[in-house]
Amino acid sequence: MFDSLYTIRKNLDSRSITMVEVVRHYLQQIDAQNHILNAFLEVYPEEALAQAAQIDQKLEAGTAGKLAGLVMGLKDVIAYKNHKLTASSRILGDFRSQISATVVEKLLAEDAIIIGRQNCDEFAMGSSSENSAFGAVHNAADTSRVSGGSSGGSAVSVQSGMCLAALGSDTGGSVRQPASFCGVVGMKPTYGRVSRHGLIAYGSSFDVIGILTKKVQDSALILEVMAGKDDFDATVSSLPVPPYSKLLEMQKQPKIAYFGNILESKSLNADVRNAIMGKIDFLKQQGFTVEAIDFPYLDYFLPTYYILTTAEASTNLSRYDGIRYGYRSSNFTDLESLYKHSRSEAFGDEVKRRILLGTFVLSASYFDAYFTKAQKVRRLIQQKTNEILTKYDFILSPTSPSTAFKIGEKASDPIEMYLADIFSVQANLAGIPAITVPCGQDQNGMPIGLQIMNQHFAETELLAFAKYLNGE
Amino acid sequence: MDKTILDKYELVVGLEIHAQLLTNSKIFSADHTTFGVEPNTNIGAVTLAHPGVLPKLNDRVFELAIRMGLACRSEITRHNYFDRKNYFYPDLPKGYQITQDKTPICKGGKINISLKNGEKRTIRLHHIHLEEDAGKSMHLQGTPMSFLDFNRAGMPLIEMVTEPDIRQAEEAAAVLAEVRKIVRYLDICDGNMEEGSMRCDVNISVCLKGAKEFGQRVEIKNLNSMRYVQKAIEYEFVRQITAVEKGEKIVMQTRLFDPQTGKTEAMRTKESLTDYRYFPDPDLPPFVVSDAYLAKVKNAMPALPSEILQKLQTQYQLPEYDAGVLSDSKELAQYFELTCSFTKTYKTVSNLMMGAVKSYLNENNVEIKSFSLKPERLAEIAELVESGKVSFSVASKELFLAVLENTERDVLELAENQGLILQDSGDSLKPLLEAIITKYPDKVKAFQKGNKNLLGLFMGEVLKASAVKLDPKKTSELISQYLQEAKV
Repeated sequence: MFDSLYTIRKNLDSRSITMVEVVRHYLQQIDAQNHILNAFLEVYPEEALAQAAQIDQKLEAGTAGKLAGLVMGLKDVIAYKNHKLTASSRILGDFRSQISATVVEKLLAEDAIIIGRQNCDEFAMGSSSENSAFGAVHNAADTSRVSGGSSGGSAVSVQSGMCLAALGSDTGGSVRQPASFCGVVGMKPTYGRVSRHGLIAYGSSFDVIGILTKKVQDSALILEVMAGKDDFDATVSSLPVPPYSKLLEMQKQPKIAYFGNILESKSLNADVRNAIMGKIDFLKQQGFTVEAIDFPYLDYFLPTYYILTTAEASTNLSRYDGIRYGYRSSNFTDLESLYKHSRSEAFGDEVKRRILLGTFVLSASYFDAYFTKAQKVRRLIQQKTNEILTKYDFILSPTSPSTAFKIGEKASDPIEMYLADIFSVQANLAGIPAITVPCGQDQNGMPIGLQIMNQHFAETELLAFAKYLNGE
Repeated sequence: MDKTILDKYELVVGLEIHAQLLTNSKIFSADHTTFGVEPNTNIGAVTLAHPGVLPKLNDRVFELAIRMGLACRSEITRHNYFDRKNYFYPDLPKGYQITQDKTPICKGGKINISLKNGEKRTIRLHHIHLEEDAGKSMHLQGTPMSFLDFNRAGMPLIEMVTEPDIRQAEEAAAVLAEVRKIVRYLDICDGNMEEGSMRCDVNISVCLKGAKEFGQRVEIKNLNSMRYVQKAIEYEFVRQITAVEKGEKIVMQTRLFDPQTGKTEAMRTKESLTDYRYFPDPDLPPFVVSDAYLAKVKNAMPALPSEILQKLQTQYQLPEYDAGVLSDSKELAQYFELTCSFTKTYKTVSNLMMGAVKSYLNENNVEIKSFSLKPERLAEIAELVESGKVSFSVASKELFLAVLENTERDVLELAENQGLILQDSGDSLKPLLEAIITKYPDKVKAFQKGNKNLLGLFMGEVLKASAVKLDPKKTSELISQYLQEAKV
């Protein structure tokens, strides 16, 4: 019953359960599991119960919103008014947000309940959720393994049933890769489909708020509520938002492409390859057109992604300076040492690494060689991707080249870690929507994810196909 | 310093003028822009750069910046994007300033100035760009504390950058005066330099006259009055020449002007150019100026000072000098035009405004906006002068003051009550002139024979003897005529 909003809502409507009981259920799950999984950084039990009591009244009165029954968590990069917001970093100290993200406002208005704040890689920089100032997140399928990242806390919370859904952020795969590692559905909408207002910026031209659920259907409903234009974000599209949750039946037999060169790549884990090939064979058997094509710029995905995101990140993170809020070192003698000590003491290694990289690629002497060139390559990748998507309805790929690895296994090798994003960054470089659905397990029983991408603002078709693939 | 040494050198100056735009809210947020409120009151999450906030462009800033560009005949950039200028300073909340580095809204253009000696010059503009202002840091002497006020952070600015075309300190002040006049006419900026809504940085170097290359430039930052700009340049000119004459090297520097001492002092020496790591701000989509938008801005644009100057000369037939004085501020010109809607005596109105009105405003430190005399009253005064009922000098003094004290009373009635009406008919003068002929027969004869200097004597006698106000000009004509024809 606690796997889908549809079932919960049915039970609420038939009065076989109350909203307060639903919240209690999740609070019990958190109590039982969070001390091991470290997925939630903070839980709001009193608030959630108080909201639940109100929603019970609304249910009684027949005035409950679309999302009544939904208990969700927020990755700790999404602002919730009067609640702590830390990006899993020490630099923000005890900062409490004065604003709520637009998505949060919209979800609350439809009676979603926010039960807590979820652990992640510091400032969403990482692929394992080990880069948190508050300890690594553990995968519920094997607690010696990582959750993936950066939205690891959100993925594990949904995986382990500590909440029904979670919002994460996806800059290069930070929703989809942990969703794949944890065997849940992870959805990254088109860039500009969802307001970024209230999302702590990492790579502003890449960042999208994404959704983690067990059912595609729930993701569709949540997206339907939170998407759309916003006065606080100039990069959001004003295109109307379709009622995704009511449009989940496939309208035609889609034509599908997959990258042959990816599946032949040696870096790809054999179990992952087999699982994806198995799915492709299944689709062919079902009569779908599935064709292997080559993507020419694969080798440029990660360099382009890391040059552009670190450039943006290096200036997005300048505001954390110890002056107006957050952590300030007590160990300073003048302005410069205040900056240096505050930032050196409170930022973690990966964040520092990316700030340094970004500062370097933006510096006058290297700007054209790196930033300008990367922008050109990004445009080429966008064009090529769009070209493919005019011929095919979807592109299929593994979400990640591997399954969840052991905690600590890749911590010392950032480059190895960056490879975990190789298949997911394309959607962010191109700005297109992408979703991951579970696709079997490896020999250790760790989940494998299948990624589907399609054209800008074609979430309706993407969700319908994902629902089919997820067997809902 | 010896003038012969000074004369060997040429001054080279370029200005960077910052003008705060007259908008109700900040350039990228809904925070207010009211001046003079308590520190840190116009500050929301966006101004303070809280985590997760985004800039949202206030379109109005483009309209105002384009007005300035049109006034200066600049080329208007159609495809605009904003850049981040990265540097750390406590009054810069985001750690970067949003500005236009690559695509300034206006390119090129010129400012026309007139100097005191009547010479006219044109100073070229390099560009005008839009940007946000920073907050204010205050360092209290005697304490280790610094204070920050973020009210100004995020205020919209245009920065106008001139070419290094300025060759005299007076020209720099004239450029500022002209810019201030334009921004005030066009409702772009209130131009109040003492409140900091217009500020100026001066780039200054010296070189030998005729030299092909300019000398090393020095920047004087944050000058907030035209007088300071002029004084700072005058001081810096001599300082740099003195240094060069001593064989010293001028170093690239930022200096501050101290109004107390009249000197400039080094603030910091730039070893190398700061790397601001400019790049396009990904949070702001490009702002495209379409033909339709540009036409809309043009149509909504108030009249330019030059247009008003022209209008005063053609429509009201004022001499260039009068037109220049009256178009010095939009409000003065408006007052003139309003007055002229009640009378056709344009030149008399102009004379009254350039004389009595302006000196009254100056002496009493009153702005024309809050001048208590209604334009229709001034028009009535002008009518009385024109009809010959009151002399211009009486109108400018006694009558003007009387009307100011009784702003609601009929002007003619006031003039009559106060005995200010001219008794100008020949008949009323006749007995007085007869008395003169009796008293000075010889002198009248001499006058008739051509000793015109005697007219003064007769005038004095008449004015002394008259019980009422006489129009001196008319009276002298009458005396002259009467005595010339008198039989002695």
